[in-house]
Amino acid sequence: MTAVVGTRMLRKEDPELLTGEARYVDDLVIPGALHLAIVRSTYAHATIKSVDVSAALAQPGVVAAFSGADLRPEWAGPMPCAWPVTEDMLNPEHFPIAVHTACYVGDAVAVVVAETDVAARDAAELVEVDFDVLPAVVDLEDALSDRVLVHEALGTNRSYTWELIPDADAVEEAFANASHTVVERYVQQRLIPSAMETRGVVAVPAVYGGEITLYTSTQIPHILRVLAALTVGVSESKLRVVAPSVGGGFGSKLDVYAEELLCLALARRLRRPVRWSEDRMENTQATIQGRGMIQHMELAADADGRVTAVRARLLADMGAYLQLVTPGIPLLGAFLYGGVYDIPAYSFVCTGVFTTKTPTDAYRGAGRPEATYALERAMDALARQVGVDPAEIRRRNFIHPDQFPYSSSGGLIFDSGNYEPALARAMEMAGYDQVRSDQAARRSAGATKHLGIGLSSYVEMCGLAPSRVLSALRYVAGGWESSTVRFLPTGKVQVVTGTTPHGQGHETSWSMIVADQLGVSPDDVEVLHSDTSIAPHGMDTYGSRSLSVGGTALWLATEKVIDKAKLIAAHQLEVAAEDLDYAGGTFTVKGSPDRTMAIGAVAFEAFTAHNLPDGLEPNLEASSHWDPPNFTFPFGTHICVVEVDEETGKVDVLKYVAVDDCGTQINPLIIEGQVHGGIVQGAAQALFEEAIYDEDGNLVTSSLADYLVPSAADFPSMQTDTTVTPSPTNPMGVKGVGEAGTIAAAPAVMNAIIDALSPFGITDIDMPATPQRIWTAIKQSTDASGASGASGAGASGASGANGASGAGANGGPR
Amino acid sequence: MIPASFDYRRAASADEAIALLTENGDDAKLLAGGHSLLPLMKLRLARPSVLIDISRLADLSYIRADGDQIAIGALTRHHDVEVSELLAREVPLLPAAAGQVGDPQIRHRGTIGGSLAHGDPASDLPAVVLALGGSMVVRGPGGERSIPATEFFAGFMETALAADEVLTEIRVPRLEGAGWSFQKFNRRAHDWAIVGVAAVRRGAGSGANGGGAGVALVNMASTPVRATAVEEALAGGASATEAAAHAADGLDPPSDINATPEFRRHLAQVLVRRALEEAGA
Amino acid sequence: MKVAMTINGTSQQHEIEPRVLLVQFIREVAGLTGTNVGCDTTSCGTCTVLLDGESVKSCTILAVQADGAQITTIEGLAEPGTLHPMQEAFRENHALQCGFCTPGMVLAAVSLLQENAHPSEQEVRSALEGNLCRCTGYHNIVKAILAAADAAEVPA
Repeated sequence: MTAVVGTRMLRKEDPELLTGEARYVDDLVIPGALHLAIVRSTYAHATIKSVDVSAALAQPGVVAAFSGADLRPEWAGPMPCAWPVTEDMLNPEHFPIAVHTACYVGDAVAVVVAETDVAARDAAELVEVDFDVLPAVVDLEDALSDRVLVHEALGTNRSYTWELIPDADAVEEAFANASHTVVERYVQQRLIPSAMETRGVVAVPAVYGGEITLYTSTQIPHILRVLAALTVGVSESKLRVVAPSVGGGFGSKLDVYAEELLCLALARRLRRPVRWSEDRMENTQATIQGRGMIQHMELAADADGRVTAVRARLLADMGAYLQLVTPGIPLLGAFLYGGVYDIPAYSFVCTGVFTTKTPTDAYRGAGRPEATYALERAMDALARQVGVDPAEIRRRNFIHPDQFPYSSSGGLIFDSGNYEPALARAMEMAGYDQVRSDQAARRSAGATKHLGIGLSSYVEMCGLAPSRVLSALRYVAGGWESSTVRFLPTGKVQVVTGTTPHGQGHETSWSMIVADQLGVSPDDVEVLHSDTSIAPHGMDTYGSRSLSVGGTALWLATEKVIDKAKLIAAHQLEVAAEDLDYAGGTFTVKGSPDRTMAIGAVAFEAFTAHNLPDGLEPNLEASSHWDPPNFTFPFGTHICVVEVDEETGKVDVLKYVAVDDCGTQINPLIIEGQVHGGIVQGAAQALFEEAIYDEDGNLVTSSLADYLVPSAADFPSMQTDTTVTPSPTNPMGVKGVGEAGTIAAAPAVMNAIIDALSPFGITDIDMPATPQRIWTAIKQSTDASGASGASGAGASGASGANGASGAGANGGPR
Repeated sequence: MIPASFDYRRAASADEAIALLTENGDDAKLLAGGHSLLPLMKLRLARPSVLIDISRLADLSYIRADGDQIAIGALTRHHDVEVSELLAREVPLLPAAAGQVGDPQIRHRGTIGGSLAHGDPASDLPAVVLALGGSMVVRGPGGERSIPATEFFAGFMETALAADEVLTEIRVPRLEGAGWSFQKFNRRAHDWAIVGVAAVRRGAGSGANGGGAGVALVNMASTPVRATAVEEALAGGASATEAAAHAADGLDPPSDINATPEFRRHLAQVLVRRALEEAGA
Repeated sequence: MKVAMTINGTSQQHEIEPRVLLVQFIREVAGLTGTNVGCDTTSCGTCTVLLDGESVKSCTILAVQADGAQITTIEGLAEPGTLHPMQEAFRENHALQCGFCTPGMVLAAVSLLQENAHPSEQEVRSALEGNLCRCTGYHNIVKAILAAADAAEVPA
């Protein structure tokens, strides 16, 4: 049988998704289910003086209505935060529904349960909440001043300060001796993850008491099960969590949400199934948001532009509360502010700050896009200072291939890498030299549409592990993954995985791995997942971990199955196990190619158990729990070419090239899909998306009409390629690819825009680079330099407008 | 999301719609394609107590030549305007702009009359009809009257339509070879215009529909608005660039998350210049 | 009030409130859950169905407005157990990941090719402006639609 790993096998998941047969939470038919509607705070910060649900209760079809105080006895504990990043981190008490104070617009303050969704929503409008409005605090630096306290009881808005400074003296010395110093301030705007499926929940109590089943649109049924049981006070063994088809997550479904706990508590209390469907406005306000940081980024470099130290200081916006891993998100990037470069001295400090806004948490890339953005923007700034091409500054600083495994000054061991070929290939595909000469030609012709070319070289850390390292980071859970592989009597294979796919195609990739290992057709492999009763052990899907951790657990389980099968085959063939070779699903006696036994036949023997070796248990099944020895480190280089219209500030992306290296490839088709989607999500941060709050803490971009998720008409087709540098961290050599595009894209696009605007002396634009911001920056630049049009004059790049652009662009469109 | 409750009445004719409007007063709303009204009702920002469905009045969906004008039934969908061969020949500005309204699904439902009667200053088609020098035919209890586009847009989301009147037809003059341009500036392709410009340039005094230029702006004021200062400058012999400098004269454009008033004024100047250049002399 | 329409060739006649949206009629009354809802503002196109053969957003049409209409949802695009050529092209080109936007995307694409049998890449991209996808970056969706157009017989 020819190998399927490495082929572009079409996805097994697709037919049911293409025909509408797939069932997302909202599609589940649950007889007798009640519908939950949630009354949410319309103020960013307010004391709840009273909640009157009587008018709602009087409506036809309404079964119950409660305030936060009414439901307080339902909670065995507050909402969980699984990542107390420091010993003294401040974490305000947070219940699924606010009891005394609402701390962001969208915070739940009352619930209505009715026979239909319409009745619940109509009645929710009649709940009267008497608020005493408190001042909002929206801006991060303002919040840090403690002028307004989000949580009075904490006495400060500072949740924690976390440091990674292996050698402070070395950093000081590097900056003292530097020939070039780059000092930059970048704003990571808040993003709304915007999975196309909003969240949905159904809690179904069993008819005879006992078990309760929670169907929910989640990435983490396993983690949720433990924490929901603890919060609602039910026995974990009595709680089953199922994630049916899930319509995208991007980190936003990696959480323990109030609505999941409310449905559980209300189903328990009312003894009927309770369901909730999130509408899009709720999704923008009550589902976590991503990013939200101010980054102070400094590089020290020698005269040739070789970076000698990096110093990063972050303010990270927690929002109103700490959700599941909110405080840990900046830490996921903390080790990567040196990226693909060989930098001897390292300093990172992050302070987490509360604001009266929706909580932040994991969003695609989670910490790593932010780190890569700051570093890659700063590398371009350094290239400008040193006076070399951005490609050259990267080449001079790359970690050399013979340095792997590489001990970074940030304390990681990069497992494998070879950075220069990816850069070279990307430049070749982009036609780099041609674009540079086109750019120069346009500038000298005085064109008002400026070409810009932007590079971004990245490395990420995927597959968070080993568990003891996560312990050192004070993350409450482990980093292992689990899988079970079992042969059925007919030779079909069942795989149980602890990963929770929601669009990534695990059923396909896992089948391919099993097919090659066990010599069966991928069609004969069934992958079971996302149900804690079927797959009891798992750490779920996030952080590009599924293949490198879960896929490896699967691979190891197949090895165990083969080991056991070998004993049975040897017994049946009447030879010693050592005398058997195994390949492609067949055992062959060494030296006797005609004496064989297929593993499927072994499986049947294991099932009948008529003729097994003494002491060997029936059936062919094995489990593996894999705790990797290290992270994996995928990398690559992306290049973006833009055209910026100086008159309107509009950016058009003309070309986008990506060369990624995720180690051994299981299915290139799926890898490309992950890269494409990641790129557009990352580019959308650079060009379109921003969760905008007004000064009172109202989210202005609370729909897909205002929050600009790009469409097909807004970004071009991409050119992708890969290099392959296998990971030594796991037996298949795989790394992970789910976040690569998102990590690389935003800096590539922004560097291209800054490059296009360099004739104006512009060195910074905040994301997203809106027409308003670009026009404002150009205007301030030309006003300051007194030039009527800078486009023709290369020399005007030296004008004194640097720095003025950022502040002005900030203030513009609000 | 589901609208608040309402009574639904289906009109079998324009006259029945007028009778229903008269009967139900201010609480009633006409429903044509529904693509302006239903989104507001779903968010419960609009809560009419009676909805009068006129979407089935097939006799109000047509595009036909009438002398030196083209008459378009108010219930003609954007898509039908977009693909009309008659309009492509006689008033190509209109299908070009209609093809940029919303997205294909919206254009399959939304109607030209609904768009104009909604009176949204951010809509594309009101500016187009203004630039063309078109007019609206409206029918009420007292019969039919014609309102020039210049008098139709009365205030923010307000038109000259009385509460008991129905917009039945839009009339626009043939372009007779005159130059035209539609410039729509937005961040995403399917969004409302941040600023838009519709422009028509006729040879001076030539043709039955008169000479001169018609220039109108999208999202530059509380109503769809003509750039009269630009038109006057052109009439006075100004170049495209010179005339375009007057694009925002006397206007108080809105401020939102996409653009400040200052940026809108600037965009109007750039887009008017481009429109005039594309429309030719 | 009583509303009757044909969905995927089957007559559906039900008593409903006038405020029921077409998408709710399809999902909750007719029980066809392949049509999804992704937003409240007519922005995302997830709920796209064919109404009398043309793509429309079923979240912005009252069911009463579709009284008497022929509706095609994703479930009715091909015979059970088979795929329509557009569905096949999506599968062949890995034009879907989580699948949530897919029914609307496929139906928008079918409607496009009915109006423009051989669109350019830019025409395909423009025609998809009302359908949002968060997974694919659209690259393979565009590729799939172009492939479906190529595969369709060119009219003589």
